[in-house]
Amino acid sequence: MPTATGSDYAKPAPPDGQDKRWRIVDATMRRLGHHSRSLIETLHTVQETFGYLDEGALRYVATSLHIPMSRAYGVATFYQFFTLKPAGRHACVICMGTACYIKGAQHLLTAMANDYGIAPGETTSDGGISLLTARCLGSCGLAPAVVYDSEVAGKVSPPDLRAHVAKWISA
Amino acid sequence: MDLRMSPEELEQIAENEREAQKKFAHSITVCVAAGCMSCQSQAVKEAIDREIEKQGMGQRCKSKGVGCMGLCAAGPLVSSAGGALYKNVSASDAAEIVASVESNPVSRLLCPTDVPFFQRQKKIVLENSGVVDPEHIEDYLAANGYSAMMRVITEMTPAHAIEEVVKSGLRGRGGAGYPTGLKWSTVAKAASKRVKYAICNADEGDPGAFMDRSVLESDPHRVLEGMLIAAYAVGASEGYIYVRAEYPLAIKRLRTAIRQAERLGLLGHNICGTRFSFGIDIRLGAGAFVCGEETALIASVEGKRGTPRPRPPYPAQEGLFGEPTLINNVETYANIPPIIRNGGEWYSQIGSEKSKGTKVFALAGRVANTGLVEVPMGISLREIIFEIGGGIPEGRNFKAAQTGGPSGGCIPAQFLDMPVDYESLAQVGSIMGSGGMIVMDDTSCMVDVAKYFMDFCMTESCGKCIPCRVGTYQMNELLGKITRFEATPQDIGMIEELCDLLKNTSLCGLGISAPNPVLSTLKYFAEEYKAHIVSGQCPAGVCGARRSEARPAESRQLEGSGAAR
Repeated sequence: MPTATGSDYAKPAPPDGQDKRWRIVDATMRRLGHHSRSLIETLHTVQETFGYLDEGALRYVATSLHIPMSRAYGVATFYQFFTLKPAGRHACVICMGTACYIKGAQHLLTAMANDYGIAPGETTSDGGISLLTARCLGSCGLAPAVVYDSEVAGKVSPPDLRAHVAKWISA
Repeated sequence: MDLRMSPEELEQIAENEREAQKKFAHSITVCVAAGCMSCQSQAVKEAIDREIEKQGMGQRCKSKGVGCMGLCAAGPLVSSAGGALYKNVSASDAAEIVASVESNPVSRLLCPTDVPFFQRQKKIVLENSGVVDPEHIEDYLAANGYSAMMRVITEMTPAHAIEEVVKSGLRGRGGAGYPTGLKWSTVAKAASKRVKYAICNADEGDPGAFMDRSVLESDPHRVLEGMLIAAYAVGASEGYIYVRAEYPLAIKRLRTAIRQAERLGLLGHNICGTRFSFGIDIRLGAGAFVCGEETALIASVEGKRGTPRPRPPYPAQEGLFGEPTLINNVETYANIPPIIRNGGEWYSQIGSEKSKGTKVFALAGRVANTGLVEVPMGISLREIIFEIGGGIPEGRNFKAAQTGGPSGGCIPAQFLDMPVDYESLAQVGSIMGSGGMIVMDDTSCMVDVAKYFMDFCMTESCGKCIPCRVGTYQMNELLGKITRFEATPQDIGMIEELCDLLKNTSLCGLGISAPNPVLSTLKYFAEEYKAHIVSGQCPAGVCGARRSEARPAESRQLEGSGAAR
């Protein structure tokens, strides 16, 4: 329930008041003084906590920071790092930086498209695997590089990739 | 309790640390920067720690995690105090390495260090990388860390500090090469309403560049020290480091470094008991290439969409929250402490006439020794690629070197002996850029490379100004026609016209420099374009292969990224 904290201002309620994770988000906003300029930092916290930004989350953050929803949505969609859709249980990030491209990163994309029918930004229909691309991981010495969940692997060939993803599926 | 340290107390901490390190007769250092970490160097370090314990060497031998040693291709790298460098080390080698510290090095793991890759480099920015522990401020202090800052704030006036930087001839390492001293004096002169800001641009967006990441991971205190000196010189009291969210390790180490510096009173109010106060906060980028442009970066720090605005007013006059703002790149700040320690005069002796000092390059692509190298300005491309880089593997032929990422160009073999400095690179249609250097051999199709960069610029265009938003899309379409062998000779004319338009009418550097990869490949590899258009062939065999194999995925990728936006 929204409770009044001032004469004309009601503190917004998070989309799910039962979910304790919103306290983490609240803490970030409090640390930055609920200032509109803390929007990006707050969205980072939401995504770190929940995995993605949905409409309810955006509305809550926008109201809390006293900014229009349009601005929160505008920022969330402007930056590639923010995602509005929930990710799969496993994430496979293929680096598409120049060094990786020169060393055949596109063959890794082809392998994922052929084997699992997913293109970058998509998740398999069972919600098992999300395929993502990165602009550059900065691991150019190890090109082509892939991040399996949060583990970076270097010099990846299509068979390596298939083997790793197959392990996820059989697990 | 007042935790602020006096210079004497800091010197004492450094001295204590040096003494403590001397107690150990041997030390084994393990690279824990991202490159080696992704080859499980952390496990290697843990195994070495266990072995030291097991072999009863705890009193004499110590292991230490350090930053990047440069040769990422041969990671994980381990170095033993005797000077032996080991490559491709795995956890199972730990016992042998620990046992060998008092006898002969393990020959089967040895990586020769008397080769040009190590001998030809000149380390200023990277002098601590691979030497100090990035997570311990005491180790940095023991390596003369923060002594330059201490000298500046206790003995020098701001004008004096700026003068040293002017004398050094240092130019911005982010790509454009604007004289750093001049930038500093502009910010110092600008009048502020409330405060001035100093920002560190660590939004290393160029694909193929990882110098800044490496400096932040290997020697974060060096960047903080550079920022502190800059803040004192220009009169800034608040600072931000704008770092890519894609670099979690660099962020973690920066946060640790800031906390440690605050604890010793090296950041915060009345630093070291002087009247100088400066605080640093981290702002995370969120994956927008355009945020490397300074006005877009400022918008992003303000919590807005990262779109650039017209200049003037320049950030030096009206930047973050409308206040005078100094923005320098990571590597620029990292150059400052040695300039203060050794004097601007010393720095200006290194490098070429108009480009002073050294430059860190991230060597990647089709080259034997991929990794990080720091060389004096004015060295030739041939020396970097063939001597330091060890040449092209698999006996293939050099075709082009790409510098400056999507804003740079492709340099063909005929310019291999050209000195690498700001002016020479600009002359051949490329730019110094932030230091990514990607080597290509005859397996790369230059039209495909040009399209790759145009696709990048198209996706990363912020959409604010029309020449860039529409121009990059149209050029990408035209280049796509060429790689699908559907283009006509007239299309080249259209591409050239669009290049001219983008260069002259775009709002910011992204659009202005987006034609560079196309123009340079059109100029030096015209025959490849011709082969695609006239004979319907791709000399490198890339486009033909792609046509049958990967095109469906590629077109879906575009749709996918469109849908996500």
